[in-house]
This record gives sequence, C-alpha cells and structure tokens, in this order.
Amino acid sequence: MDDLYREIILDHYRNPRNKGTLEDATHTFQDDNPLCGDRIRMDLKVNGTGVIEQVRFDGEGCAISQASASMLTEMVLGKSLEEAKAISKQDILDALGIQLGPVRIKCALLSLKVLKGALYGLSGAIDEEE
Amino acid sequence: MLDSDVVRQDFPILHQSINGKPLVYLDSAASSQKPLVVIQAMDEYYRAYHANVHRGIYQLSEKATEAYEAARRKVARFINARSWREIIFTRNATEAINLVAYAWGRHNITARDKILVTEMEHHANLVPWQQLAAETGAQLAYIPLDENFCCDMAAYEAMLDAHVKLVAITQMSNVLGTIVPVREFVARAHAVGALVLLDGAQGVPHLPTDVQSLDVDFLAASGHKMLGPTGSGFLYGKRHLLEEMPPFLTGGEMIRRVTWTGAEWNDLPHKFEAGTPAIAEAIGLGVAVDYLSRLGMENVRQHEVNLTRYALEQLSQVEGIRIYGPQQVERRGGAIAFNLDGLHAHDVAAILDREGIAIRAGHHCAMPLHQKLGVVATARASFYVYNEPAEIDRLVEALDMVRRLFER
Ligand SMILES: Cc1ncc(COP(=O)(O)O)c(C=O)c1O
Repeated sequence: MDDLYREIILDHYRNPRNKGTLEDATHTFQDDNPLCGDRIRMDLKVNGTGVIEQVRFDGEGCAISQASASMLTEMVLGKSLEEAKAISKQDILDALGIQLGPVRIKCALLSLKVLKGALYGLSGAIDEEE
Repeated sequence: MLDSDVVRQDFPILHQSINGKPLVYLDSAASSQKPLVVIQAMDEYYRAYHANVHRGIYQLSEKATEAYEAARRKVARFINARSWREIIFTRNATEAINLVAYAWGRHNITARDKILVTEMEHHANLVPWQQLAAETGAQLAYIPLDENFCCDMAAYEAMLDAHVKLVAITQMSNVLGTIVPVREFVARAHAVGALVLLDGAQGVPHLPTDVQSLDVDFLAASGHKMLGPTGSGFLYGKRHLLEEMPPFLTGGEMIRRVTWTGAEWNDLPHKFEAGTPAIAEAIGLGVAVDYLSRLGMENVRQHEVNLTRYALEQLSQVEGIRIYGPQQVERRGGAIAFNLDGLHAHDVAAILDREGIAIRAGHHCAMPLHQKLGVVATARASFYVYNEPAEIDRLVEALDMVRRLFER
C-alpha cells in the first residue's frame, strides 16, 4: 500500500525472527520509550571467540519498533562483538528502507539502543545519541 | 442548527489534500483549526496598530490596549464571569493551572490538607498538584472512575472531609470524552469548605460554560483548542480569591508603584499579567469567542452530540475495535479513544495519515489513566464544529483498511 509499511516490515512484524529470551545469555539489556510505550529486551550469547552465536529479542510496541528489532537480530547473528558494535543508525534505516519523521525514528532505533546497551554491558538506560 | 458545510468555508486549512486525499482533521482535542476571521484579526493588528499596551500615550498603543481589553471582556461574557477583572490572560490552560498552584496553593495548602483530582486528569491538571503536595506534604488523592468511565460519585463523597482544600477536576476528559457533573462536584466540595478548580481545556470549547451557575472557584482554558491562536489562554477566578492571592510572576505591568525597597501590586487582573502580554493572541482569542458565540454554544454541543452518536455507531462495527469511554452521548463529548485489537495506536495513526486522516495516538498526556486502562497508548479521533459525518465514514473505511493490511 505504501512505503512506511513495506511488505518486509509487515513480514517481520507478523513473523518476528528470534523472538523470545535466552536462559544462558551473556549479555542482556532492556529499554523502553515511555512516550510511545515501545519496549524491547535483547539477550545475546557470545561464545569464547567473541562471536554472537545466539540472539533473542522480546518486547511490544508498534510495527516499526518490533520489525526493526527482528531485523537487527538477523543482522547481528554470527557477527563478532566488534562487528556488532559497528552497526549504525543508518544500517537500521537502510534495512527498514523507509523515511521516518522525528517521532517514528525513535521507534526504529530503540532496538539498536538496546543492542548497544547489551554489547557495552551497560545497566540502566543509555543516552539517545550513544 | 449548525451547518458544518457552511462552517467549513471559514477554515482555510481544511481545503487541502494530504497524500492526494482531502484532509480529514480529527485532532481538535489537541488543537483546533482557526477560522479566517481569527487569522485576519491578528494580521490586522500587526499591520495596522501594533504597539505595546497599557501605558502608551499615542494612538496606536491606545488602540492596541482597547482591543486587548475588549478581548478580555468578550472572554468574561463567554463564560459569564461577573467581571472582566476575573479574567487573567495566560499562555494556555497549563499556565493558568500553575498560576493557581503557585499563587494560591503555596499559601493555602499545608501538610494536613488534601487535594482531590480524578483518575482521568491531563498531566496539566495533575503534575502541578503532585508538585504542590510534594512540597507541602499535603496528600493528593484520586477520585476513581466507575466501569462506565464516569466519576464514582459515591467514592468522591466518601473522600470529602474537612481536610480537603481543593478539588481539581477536568470538565471533559481529553481521552475518554467523559463529561463531569461539575455542579454536583462543586456543591459537595463547597459543603466541606473546599475550593474547585475546573480544567476547562476540553470543556470550554465544546460545552456551554457558565462559571456563575457552575459556581467553580477557578476555571482554566486554552485558546488554541477553541478556534483561537496558540499562546492564548485564560484563568478565571472568583474575585475575592484573586484579590487575596499574591502575584505569580513579578516585574513590569503587574505593579502600581515600585520604590527602592519594594513594590505595590497593580489591580486585578493586571496583578497576574507580568510583562508584555501576548497581545495579538488575546485579540485572536476574542474573535474566536465571537465566532463561537455566533454559532451558539448550544448548537456546537448539539452538532458534536450528533457526530459522536454517529461515530460511536459506525466505529463499533469495526472488527476488533475497543472504545474507551462512556457509550451514552449525553455523558460524553466528541473525543473518542480506541484501539484495534493487537495493533499499536501509532501504526493505526500512521496508516490513517497516508489516507489524509489526522488523528492522535499515544497517551494524550494522561499516562496514569492509560495505566488504569491497561494500555500503553490509544488512538483518538476528536471532532469540532467543522467536522461532518462523511469524515467519520472515511475514518471507518480507513480503519478497515488498517485491519486488512496487518491481517494478511
Ligand atoms: C483536559 C486538558 N487539560 C489541559 C490541557 C493542557 O492544555 P495546554 O497544553 O493548551 O496548556 C489539555 C490539552 O491537551 C487538556 O486536554
């Protein structure tokens, strides 16, 4: 129908990849966007050689936030910690392939914020601009 | 009767397309659109007689002062205040409520006192009281809603005692549409010696409002929700209360005399209007009030009752919809919050936007209420004088489309 809800976004929203939690996660982080009510948690299992061998996300929120989290899990799986840390805002926006206004962009980037929080072993919320 | 076809002609902004579809504006609860006469009045002020008000000894300033003060009298008449001195111009309802919280609250509320608000307050009529309670040690208590999204009056009655000093309630919920029985609230509050502040941000634009017959002690409203410009709003207060209150902000305009050691306050309402006011905005608000008076607030209300009845009927046929608010149109106004099963309100609003339909999605500055409803966000369609049934049809069609899009 239109770009904002491209088939790929709807597909990730309806059939999220890697949804759930990990019992034996090595890295975990959760954050929310209280204005929208979007919430995302990310669990990573990083092996001895520093490779992300399992990833799960859990959460609720709008299609953009949940689809972007689902896509992000596909992007990080099998990557090294360093490679995952290098994922940028633009990478997410490119994967979504849509133009977003100032409000919705926060929805799209929440999952990246959560991933970074997990990767850097943070606890508590981190700054918007990383 | 109000003819929305005719009314629409007065609102230039409505005649445009969004994404190639005629704009359907259903967000007047957040801010209403402006009739041409309001826009022109502000333009005329800036082109022909802009000058600072009150102390100018020349024609432009005198003319600006006259227009500014005439606007105050129009507002006073619109809500049937006893005197124009009871109308204080503010930037919006939020500022009007804060004025009371600071100038009245800080001097009258102590640790022994209670403040009551309803569970459906906008943050504007909640956070200032939370702050006041935190600073003074007073208790803030919430009048609960019943299963029909109306105030539980028995519970309210039970909460009232001699410690209650203030009851701060909305006239109409900006989320649920619920209209509060103000007179009943006031009679019971006054019986225990409490004052009543009415948040009229939603009520004043949509319901005939007479402060004398309601007998409220304070009334706050925003101009931009009642066809006026942003940056305009007002506080009504009973004169003896305003007389007793110290100023909120201090500086120019609000003094009678200043010496090296102190100052004397100006008369009402100027005591509460420190600094150069929003002159064009007040003039615009005056014209908006004239426009609403010409339509007749009874007609405005009737038009919205008709639209709301139709909307509730049509919307309830949308599959998977949940509407939050009273079902009986007599007890509610034209702000309708809803959710579609399993969908986030932002997604609903974003897709409607593609269809040229403007609705709001989120918590509508009522987070505690949404917590009570058990949802993080709702979508809200709201109506005003320029909306028509055909726009509700477009809303319903678009909602069906949203469902289909996400269902596949
Ligand atoms: C019930 C209610 N109270 C207060 C306000 C605050 O109005 P403003 O933002 O104009 O101060 C609003 C605005 O949404 C409202 O709906």
